[in-house]
Amino acid sequence: MIEDALASLSTPAPARFADSIFARWVEVDGPVGPLFVAFTDRGINYVCPTAWVGGDRDRFVDSYRDRFGRPLRPATRAPAGLAGALKAGRGTGLRYDLRGVGEFDRAVLAKTLEIPRGEVRPYAWIAREIGHPRAVRAAGSALGRNPVPILIPCHRVVRSDGDTGNYGFGPQLKVDLLHAERVNLDETRRLGRRGIHYLASDTTGVYCYPSCAHARRIGAAHRVELATVAAAEAGGYRPCRHCRPG
Amino acid sequence: MTDDLPLRLSQDLEAAFGDVVAAYQQAVYTTALRMSGRPEDAADVAAEAFLRAYAALRRYPAERIGQLQLRPWLLTIVLNLLRNEARAASRRPAQVPLEGWSPVVDGREGPEDQAQRHDGQARLGGLLTELPDTQRTAVVLRHVVGLPYAELAAVLGCPEGTAKSHVSRGLDRLRALLPEEVR
Repeated sequence: MIEDALASLSTPAPARFADSIFARWVEVDGPVGPLFVAFTDRGINYVCPTAWVGGDRDRFVDSYRDRFGRPLRPATRAPAGLAGALKAGRGTGLRYDLRGVGEFDRAVLAKTLEIPRGEVRPYAWIAREIGHPRAVRAAGSALGRNPVPILIPCHRVVRSDGDTGNYGFGPQLKVDLLHAERVNLDETRRLGRRGIHYLASDTTGVYCYPSCAHARRIGAAHRVELATVAAAEAGGYRPCRHCRPG
Repeated sequence: MTDDLPLRLSQDLEAAFGDVVAAYQQAVYTTALRMSGRPEDAADVAAEAFLRAYAALRRYPAERIGQLQLRPWLLTIVLNLLRNEARAASRRPAQVPLEGWSPVVDGREGPEDQAQRHDGQARLGGLLTELPDTQRTAVVLRHVVGLPYAELAAVLGCPEGTAKSHVSRGLDRLRALLPEEVR
């Protein structure tokens, strides 16, 4: 009978189907205070310092549900690798769920993920590295929309003039995060005000962004301050392969 | 029991939504699977339908939620998603329809029976995609999902009598497409 054959076409949803609908959340220790972290079956999709919502779980859960249109339940376990990533300041090994994030924003976030702990890069660096050198402001806006801050370290992107710039959770948290990573903000600011954007070593012939690990190793006697790429080239210096100044 | 679900949803959406998913996931998934002809996307479409439903429920006043007929409402969301997808796909290069979904294994069948049944199901599943839209919707919802005519009429937006005639015309056409022994 055709009716029976048709009835046999009814098929149960795949195992763990509900996990593709319900997101989970945990509270974990972050570098400068606790964080709410939400994740789906595909990866982490939201990070929020608990202080930002006054430590109020209900407020966090409610804002997540509104923003993502997805139900959210407490998790019994944090996603694998989260604690280690937060401790090391390195989010590269984690899975992220960036559905709903546009292509340009994704490129900005992927590039930002490469910036090591304790170093900063200008907004213009991100724009240039992703192949849109003129989209500096757009890169800044994309970072402002970063749904997974701290893990994707948008706090490590600063203004060329040495100012730390804006942050989705307020400029002070950005400063605190960079201090916690031992970025020498006083020096960054001092150099920026004087128009110094690069440091070179007259022994290696290499120039870097001032916060680059290689720049920090240059001894005072061999340190050359440079304002522009043109000046670096004129002096016969080549760009550092690690921080790729430009 | 699903009778009190709209009421419980209207009182506490977050607590009751898990029960909505549990109660209707097979109906929603089966509809996505049998209406799309693209089994590899069916789970994504079904999940998306529940997320659309959830977002809508967060906006609806309690009174409106309490009066919802959940199953036809959810199935209408799936059908709309599939329709929008088909429209978007028609602007992209053609996709090859697949029949590679996996059958339910009940443990009592031998591998040969299973292969044969799988074959028959795949063929019938494939034939469904050859019906005109409304007839396919009517046959899938009535005979695959098992929807009562009143709910089917609600989904199709027509009187029950019209829904019945869509089903019977769809079945006639399917029989004509099938080899004699399975009619």
